Amino acid sequence: MTQVLIDGLFLGCVYALIALGYSMVYGIIKLLNFAHGDIFMFGAMIAFTMLTAVPGLQSAGIVAVFGVLILSMFLTGGTGVLIEAVAYKPLRSAPRLSLLITAVGMSFVLEYGVKQFWGSKSITWPQWAQMGAGSIPIFDGTITISRLVLMAVSIALMVGLGFYINGTRQGRAMRAIALDQRASTLMGVDVNRTISLVFFIGSALAGAAGVMFGMYYGAIGFMMGFLLGLKAFTAAVIGGIGNMYGAMLGGLTLGLIERTTVYFCNGDDSWKDVVSFGLLILFLTLRPTGILGDRVVERM
Amino acid sequence: MSWLEVSGVDVHYGRIQALRGLSFGVDQGEIVSLLGNNGAGKSTTLNMLSGILRPTAGTVTWQGEDLAKVPPHDLVARGIVQVPEGRRIFSTMKVEENLLLGGYRVSNTKLIAQRIDMVYDMMPRLKERRNQEGGTLSGGEQQMLAIGRALISEPQLLLLDEPSMGLAPLMVREVMNIINQVNATGTTVLIVEQNAKAALRIANRAYVLETGSVTLSGPASELAKDPRVVEAYLGTD
Ligand SMILES: Nc1ncnc2c1ncn2[C@@H]1O[C@H](COP(=O)(O)OP(=O)(O)OP(=O)(O)O)[C@@H](O)[C@H]1O
Ligand SMILES: [Mg+2]
Repeated sequence: MTQVLIDGLFLGCVYALIALGYSMVYGIIKLLNFAHGDIFMFGAMIAFTMLTAVPGLQSAGIVAVFGVLILSMFLTGGTGVLIEAVAYKPLRSAPRLSLLITAVGMSFVLEYGVKQFWGSKSITWPQWAQMGAGSIPIFDGTITISRLVLMAVSIALMVGLGFYINGTRQGRAMRAIALDQRASTLMGVDVNRTISLVFFIGSALAGAAGVMFGMYYGAIGFMMGFLLGLKAFTAAVIGGIGNMYGAMLGGLTLGLIERTTVYFCNGDDSWKDVVSFGLLILFLTLRPTGILGDRVVERM
Repeated sequence: MSWLEVSGVDVHYGRIQALRGLSFGVDQGEIVSLLGNNGAGKSTTLNMLSGILRPTAGTVTWQGEDLAKVPPHDLVARGIVQVPEGRRIFSTMKVEENLLLGGYRVSNTKLIAQRIDMVYDMMPRLKERRNQEGGTLSGGEQQMLAIGRALISEPQLLLLDEPSMGLAPLMVREVMNIINQVNATGTTVLIVEQNAKAALRIANRAYVLETGSVTLSGPASELAKDPRVVEAYLGTD
């Protein structure tokens, strides 16, 4: 059971990192960015390429993985900014539906773009960069050092983001734009730049999640962003979409629920998606504002 | 040429023309009022000055600089700050956070803190409610917050869009007093009002706006007596 908890929390961190970007973008421009899951996938792909392309990287071990993680975050962050500038910014004043359709289109562009370069076959993550060696026993479960490091990194990212959004001038501007774009402009906020920044941060977090996912499952593919994007959306809705803490809470909740489901199905993981999306439907119909939706009014 | 010079400005919303050859000027240190009925183009004028709307013809020059290409957020940094119609407080953010946002373009945090204290001195009600969410304030308090928020960037030219809207007479007086105080510290004020009586009381000069252009102008005291203004904007009492 401890193992279920550890697995669930780890998966939950991955979901939470993706859900954060989903939720921040929704908060600031009210767009369900369907391409967000594919940014996550793209992050895994470029990390894989870096891990395998650079000779001798293996000897650096976890340090190398960490470096690749950071680089992938910058690259996916940049990709997010680029997508926003090319596809979403021109539609700033267009109807919401046009924006949504463009996001779906952008998702296909990323998926099939990646397919062109990385192929359609499942890609095996380099063995040395997976989370195998050096396990520490905790009660009746175990956790590997690299996994512990990754969880610590993701929690640090989330806490850091919390401080950034709530305690800095730039974070305040993001929350202000989410509330009233015009008034923010009148305060001297460069709205376009701030929105770009949100895309950068959200996409960088998704990139980090992509690398973590590759390390955990050991296999990645060009379509994996689709399902994970939906899961992150589910996590965001469970927590309360547009709300940062909701995304974190929803992600962790969903991760734990999924691993618990697998545990009670005796390791058969075919039911976990049914439970997840059942939960999504339940929340959308019964409590669309999510767990934190009503209590936490500030949307970002 | 005036300190702020608007000359021959047209503004369109798509095919609808809201300003037609609008020309007026504001000198440093003045309180100037723009009067006009619903749809006259008052808000359009202020949004044009804030760079949110761009003239399709004509020019705006401020201290000799053509403002045509300055983006709205940079106009704030240069000292042109608007208190918008309807206040547009950040409703779920605390009063203090609203004020902090007013200092978004001020890099010196000590200066921001000083100016927030100055605003609290001027409007003690805000200080009492500093940790309350902006949206929970009364209409008058929200108007004060909107003005206070604009003051944190220490504007040279303060644009006010109908600050008296929806306020009880006593509160209108209080807000007008604050505007007078702000002006006394050296801030030039351009105030747009439907409440001509209140505006003419504090303004040095005024312009009357009808369908996007100026039809009357002059010292506030004279306009207050002008039969055309009395009939159209002040009513008979
Ligand atoms: N977003 C818009 N789209 C189209 N037309 C607009 C828009 N905003 C204003 N207008 C039109 O431009 C004209 C001027 O509007 P404006 O808001 O400047 O008037 P106003 O003097 O501020 O009126 P009020 O006292 O009601 O605030 C009006 O005819 C109005 O219908
Ligand atoms: Mg108006």
